[in-house]
Amino acid sequence: MPKALVDFLTVLLNGVTLAALYFVVASGFTLIFGLMRTTNMAHGSLYMLGAYAGVSAYTATGNWIVALVVGFAAVVVVGVVIHLGLLSRMAGQDLRQALVTIGLSIIIADLLLAKYGGLTYQIEPPSFATGSVAIPFVVNGTYSAYRLFMIVVAAAVYAGLWLVLNRTRIGWYIRAGIDDRDMLSALGVNVSRVFLFVFALGAGLAGLSGVIGTTALSISPSEDGRYLLSSLVVVIVGGMGSLSGAVIGALIIGLSEQIGLFYAPTYSIFITFVIMAAVLAVRPQGLLGRPA
Amino acid sequence: MAEPVAAPAPAPDGEPGAVPVLAIAGLDVRYGQSHVLQGVDLVVNRRPLSLIGRNGMGKSTLCNAITGLVPAFGGSIKLYGDELVGLKPHEIARSGIGYVPQGRRVFASLSVEEHLKMVARRGSDGWTIKKVYELFPSLEARRKNGGTQLSGGEQQMLAIARALLLNPRLLIMDEPSEGLAPIVVEHLVKTLHNLASEGVALLVVEQNLGVALSISERIAIMVTGRIALETTALQLAGDEAAQRRYLGVSTHIDTGVAETAKP
Repeated sequence: MPKALVDFLTVLLNGVTLAALYFVVASGFTLIFGLMRTTNMAHGSLYMLGAYAGVSAYTATGNWIVALVVGFAAVVVVGVVIHLGLLSRMAGQDLRQALVTIGLSIIIADLLLAKYGGLTYQIEPPSFATGSVAIPFVVNGTYSAYRLFMIVVAAAVYAGLWLVLNRTRIGWYIRAGIDDRDMLSALGVNVSRVFLFVFALGAGLAGLSGVIGTTALSISPSEDGRYLLSSLVVVIVGGMGSLSGAVIGALIIGLSEQIGLFYAPTYSIFITFVIMAAVLAVRPQGLLGRPA
Repeated sequence: MAEPVAAPAPAPDGEPGAVPVLAIAGLDVRYGQSHVLQGVDLVVNRRPLSLIGRNGMGKSTLCNAITGLVPAFGGSIKLYGDELVGLKPHEIARSGIGYVPQGRRVFASLSVEEHLKMVARRGSDGWTIKKVYELFPSLEARRKNGGTQLSGGEQQMLAIARALLLNPRLLIMDEPSEGLAPIVVEHLVKTLHNLASEGVALLVVEQNLGVALSISERIAIMVTGRIALETTALQLAGDEAAQRRYLGVSTHIDTGVAETAKP
């Protein structure tokens, strides 16, 4: 196989696995911002919080699964506190929510810096996803097992969320509550509790993705901005509140980032935002979004 | 005139009918400066009651106050003797009030089936999805369709169906005939008669006097946030002066155009 083709296929696979990470990070953002329309600019900080909680748990136990569970659970708790204490009191007030959550993200980042310092941490992949897998068409003929495993995780998160939203009572509550909150409450549903559940789940997914991302790459201060930005772009390009849209958005961002890095490193970020601008120019509601 | 039966004396001997289904007394609702409901007194019993009145008289606000969607400033709303004022909307709904709002307000994101499954409780021995489909066969035919893909009449059926699945002791309907073709309204009225005979208490807000008269024997008229008159359909149908005074309309078909009257 010609080297240029092998290079290209490797870049594609890198793009898809990065997209898998971006999707898992953005999945929580799709729930909170895309569906529920709560402007949570602290999503990147929740990612970072989950990552560091996972680092601590991994350091203490050496078990990847424990780190994953701790990353998820810790951020669920923080999410419940943020929603009950702050965001549920300013429902529908976008600007206020944005300012408060930007403030929160600064506080969280500084607290984490105080506790963990400026070092870079990594979590070792679980035993079932260590080493490499033989794949004939990529560079050197092998590929990181963990990066392939991330695709499995992304697929599982997609399937899980799809089932919750479409096949369970709480999923119907979520969709109905977004359509018409008052009407749903007049049908005997405690909508505040439904929205608390959505926020906690979205936050937990951010924490979970922190552990997954820290295993694939690493975590250090200022990673929060990167993941907030990627989540925003994924959700906006894909279409607010559309799970499949988030998959497409993540693929576009992941692939364009990797292709850009390999073929035109100087313009890599530029390419990502040109794509976003182009999509918004043609479809302001995003690729799979419903017109407002 | 409002009957003075609002005294909350729950029958100690358990005799049915002694406690009104819904007893509203001195209900006040304000939006900022405006006093929208001013001491509303109204009693709903087992038999259907229609509430009529011109636009902006506070009929929808009364529905929203009963269902808890707007806060009451003062007064009392009792369902079988239990106070509803101060409860949250979902608590009021669970205590037995089904609400079919103006404009139906079906959920755009949910299919017909999802609407019904969402509200239906497992193992309830009252209304079931099966029973609701028997009442409205056209809903079953369209069960995979989204809420807003339905016709106006079908949306109305869906709004009634999902409220029935709560097994309400009282069904409140705001402008059920609005925007529906006459033949659909006819079917609706028949359905409401069936529901009433099955023991569901009905409070129906109507703009359409003809529909109100065909739904219930008792009629209450609302004027600027108060119940101005309680009467029977028979009396009101024959009393064109009252119709003109309180409603600004006449059922007299020959006139064709509704007359407006100065109070």
